[in-house]
Amino acid sequence: MTNISIRIWLVPLALLAIAIALPFVVPKYYVQFASKALLLGMLAMALNLVVGYGGLVSLCHGAFFGIGGYALAMVTPKYDPVSLWWSFPFAVALAGFAALIIGALALRTRGVYFIMVTLAFGEMLFFLFHDNQFAGGSDGAYINNKPEIAIAGRVLLDLDKPLAFYFVVLACLVATIALLTMLVRSPFGHALAAARDNERRARSLGFPIFRLRLIAFVISGAIAGVAGYFSAAQFGFIAPQTLGWHVSATVLVMVLIGGLRSVVGPLVGALVLLGLEEVLKASTEYWKLAEGLIVIAIVLFLPNGVRHLLTAALGERKDESPQDVKAVAKVEHA
Amino acid sequence: MLEASTIVASMRANGLSKQFGGLRAVADVSLDVHQDEIHAVIGPNGAGKSTLINLLSGDMNVTAGSIVLDDRDVTRFGAERRARCGIGRSYQKTTIFQQSTVYENARLAAQAHSKAPLKIFGDVVSDTNVNAATHDALERTGLTSRADTLANQLSHGEQRQLEIAMVLATGPRIILLDEPLAGMGTQEARKIVELIASLRKGHAVLLVEHDMDAVFELADRLTVMQDGKVIATGLPQQVRTDPAVRAAYLGTHDGAPGDAA
Ligand SMILES: Nc1ncnc2c1ncn2[C@@H]1O[C@H](COP(=O)(O)OP(=O)(O)OP(=O)(O)O)[C@@H](O)[C@H]1O
Ligand SMILES: [Mg+2]
Repeated sequence: MTNISIRIWLVPLALLAIAIALPFVVPKYYVQFASKALLLGMLAMALNLVVGYGGLVSLCHGAFFGIGGYALAMVTPKYDPVSLWWSFPFAVALAGFAALIIGALALRTRGVYFIMVTLAFGEMLFFLFHDNQFAGGSDGAYINNKPEIAIAGRVLLDLDKPLAFYFVVLACLVATIALLTMLVRSPFGHALAAARDNERRARSLGFPIFRLRLIAFVISGAIAGVAGYFSAAQFGFIAPQTLGWHVSATVLVMVLIGGLRSVVGPLVGALVLLGLEEVLKASTEYWKLAEGLIVIAIVLFLPNGVRHLLTAALGERKDESPQDVKAVAKVEHA
Repeated sequence: MLEASTIVASMRANGLSKQFGGLRAVADVSLDVHQDEIHAVIGPNGAGKSTLINLLSGDMNVTAGSIVLDDRDVTRFGAERRARCGIGRSYQKTTIFQQSTVYENARLAAQAHSKAPLKIFGDVVSDTNVNAATHDALERTGLTSRADTLANQLSHGEQRQLEIAMVLATGPRIILLDEPLAGMGTQEARKIVELIASLRKGHAVLLVEHDMDAVFELADRLTVMQDGKVIATGLPQQVRTDPAVRAAYLGTHDGAPGDAA
């Protein structure tokens, strides 16, 4: 018993130790790169709660990510840092609130329609920030000072230091993994997966499907907001493009590469994709083309992710025998 | 018959209709089912039996009519809310969680009716009430030895048993069964007939079934449907000799109801 539990914890603890040691052995540039990759990994894991476990292919998670960033940009004064204590919960709540509104409307649709509706909402938010001047318009918004934690004028946490920033991100990442793991193992998580596998049965058993999915969508959007908040803090800048479909689709590719049936798979997917980009950028000017080809190859050789995605978008695949198909046609309403 | 203190479950349909485009699949059907009885509904293919169950369970919205559970109008309730009011149903076409184990299928059913079905803390193996309901449902349907098998690895007959186990695990007061015996072997069917008979006590059971032997063995009351309409209803022995019923079954492969009995 204890032997097994030690073995289960061995790999994650070893990886955590490596992650903690990393900034002390690699150059500063890579510490920043690692922070960025972990944040996108966090976004991908958040997305996978609804895509992989909920069976809902959302194409607007870039918007929740971007809202977290814009929330920080809009509350940061021009010449001073803002307190993390309240700006962070504010940003997360705003992203969660956006997910609540969008989810409440989009979750009335299914399959491909759900994808289209979320895509439309994401694009609406993109144009909202792009075409209006309240948050910098198409130029984006700057965050001149990273948020800080200070008590009585003494700065306790200064995110301007890449090392401190990295460890804050790492802590958030570990918390996200813990939260998502707890969720998917809980009765809630099992009900969410049941609704994905057979919505009709889950409903007739008495599970409140809409509420279930909305809760998952809001948690997912809020975590995306956490990632967006720190991402904007890291670059000191947020552009409206962050809200658009391109980011949403890229994160979906990370989820696909990592696999839809595990909590940390999408994190791996994010690291693989960003690592690949980094290597290719350094070696060829056609890196986007090369990246595209490699992603296609990965997805083709690991078709499980794609299959699950198709199932989510198009409903259960039908592999009944012809005889059964006839029976299904006859009683498809049953 | 019953002490005044016991809550007697009953379900009543008043003038139910369901229109599919030009087809009236259920036309002005009124029937009721009470605790401690089995009310069987029979009729030729396409008579509207499954549609009737879908209306009662909330899987489909009614075109007209009303549904009263105990003394409460539930016509506007969705399927999930009706399930939480104590209505449990099985499907004619097996509707289970194919990728999950037999145990998990029944456990989900029990979880849906536990105190905190959407709890986000704690894992799913720790709820003793849920586990007890799950074990009980599997035991009664004879699936205990198959608990760890994936549902999609079960034989067709076993999947039908699981379909019923999931209904039991929700602890329903009203049970709607849509052809529970279809596709079962004779031995399995025998066990399920006994199980359904044992459900009479304490439940209100509405049974749709093509197996006439089983119907006449189980039914306390019998309703016959044809083309969406009720053509006869009453005690099984009266209904069996009804001329309209004999006419409805003439020339169908089922033969007259109860001829084989
Ligand atoms: N969702 C639907 N859309 C359109 N027509 C439907 C739908 N569901 C059922 N029907 C039609 O309604 C009629 C009644 O169907 P129903 O399945 O209720 O009959 P049944 O008595 O259960 O038959 P069986 O004994 O074959 O199960 C049939 O003609 C069927 O084709
Ligand atoms: Mg039917």
